[in-house]
Amino acid sequence: MFVRTAWLVLRKDFAIEVKSLEVLTTTLFFAISCVLIFAFAFVKNGQAPEDAAAGILWIAIAFSGTLALGRTFERERYGETLRALLLAPAPRPALYVGKLLGMLALLAVAEALLVPLIAFLFQAALFSRPLLLAGILAGGTVGFSAVGTLFAAMLVRARSRDVLLPILLYPITIPVIIGGVRGTAALLASPVDEAGAIMWIGILTAFDVVFVTLSLWTFEPLMTE
Amino acid sequence: MKKAFGPLLAVAGVMFVVAPFLIANAPYESTMGLIQKIFYYHVPSWFAMYLAIAVCGVASAIYLFKGTPVADAYATAGAEVAVLFGANGLVTGPLWGRVAWGVWWQWDVRLTTALLLELIFIAYLMVRRFGGPGAEKLAAATALFGTATAPFVYKSVDIWRTVHPNTNVIPTLRPSMGGPFAFSSLAFLLLSTLLLTARVHLAKRQMMVDQLYLAHEDQL
Repeated sequence: MFVRTAWLVLRKDFAIEVKSLEVLTTTLFFAISCVLIFAFAFVKNGQAPEDAAAGILWIAIAFSGTLALGRTFERERYGETLRALLLAPAPRPALYVGKLLGMLALLAVAEALLVPLIAFLFQAALFSRPLLLAGILAGGTVGFSAVGTLFAAMLVRARSRDVLLPILLYPITIPVIIGGVRGTAALLASPVDEAGAIMWIGILTAFDVVFVTLSLWTFEPLMTE
Repeated sequence: MKKAFGPLLAVAGVMFVVAPFLIANAPYESTMGLIQKIFYYHVPSWFAMYLAIAVCGVASAIYLFKGTPVADAYATAGAEVAVLFGANGLVTGPLWGRVAWGVWWQWDVRLTTALLLELIFIAYLMVRRFGGPGAEKLAAATALFGTATAPFVYKSVDIWRTVHPNTNVIPTLRPSMGGPFAFSSLAFLLLSTLLLTARVHLAKRQMMVDQLYLAHEDQL
């Protein structure tokens, strides 16, 4: 029941998204714009500082992730479908998991575009340790999306939700973003700081466990009126 | 608590008058000298903040799962007191850092995460203020995430090698310094408890007024 509900929610979001591609295209475009803005901010004499690529990557993920979260739930609010979802005789945490998986899939697509783009634009050796990079990306994205999905879902009902989402999301998820940035920077160091990257993956995993547990635990009472 | 509030407030007042004398009489730390004495003020501020965060976190969890309005009053009070003492710690920290490190601010794990913690609870208050109806639950979730971050902030100095002194400093204090430190910590914890209860009392009164107002509306 649980897995099936989560899967159905994911499939529903996927079906809607495939028809319009609204969230995907806007998110990707915004992510690329972020990279360009930060490139202008950091590049001097045609060369970016060594660590800049790691920071730019995670800023682009965080900013475009916030945009995507807002858009996905705006769609639910507009169609008043979140209420219908909540009325369904299904376990509430399963709805959350379905939404979270959709968010993760979306950000995975964004990262699949961002990582090669940044590696290309900044001559960053991001692909020297693909497994560690995947671990850092997964750890950071899960933590960010876990909190983001919870708060975006709650904010559907709140006034001034566009402002409140980043206000709530950034302070809480900054530890995860720091972990992502420092872990990626460890991969970009020469020689590659593998121990550092593994330590940051551990910290990211710890945060993911805390954030996902808290979200699953609080989703039910939070979404009950 | 209502009866004890006045006397306890007097006790806290006396403690805050006596504490400077105790601190002045405590020995100078050999390398830092006078500036080290800010420690008697800085660290207890953070203790008071952690206490307020704990109250806010527990009250938020109770409010979220049981829906008790009083728990919500405790959570608001906890968040406000946490922001107050956090601001205190964030002001006194750089004052010390300017002398000990030569700079006001270092992008060190402890400093950064402490600033984050302060931001989370400011966000909590902003959600309550601007979130409209139903914002209490949203705020409660924010508080839970903030409370989950707090132990990480506390332990961060032991996990990483940071420029901020680690948590071993306090248990290894000499008695001549530990005494005044314990005294000022107690004073801060007492003050924060009193502020908390006063704020909860105010929130309860507000709830009462709201209920009376609604009852009056119904009669009309």
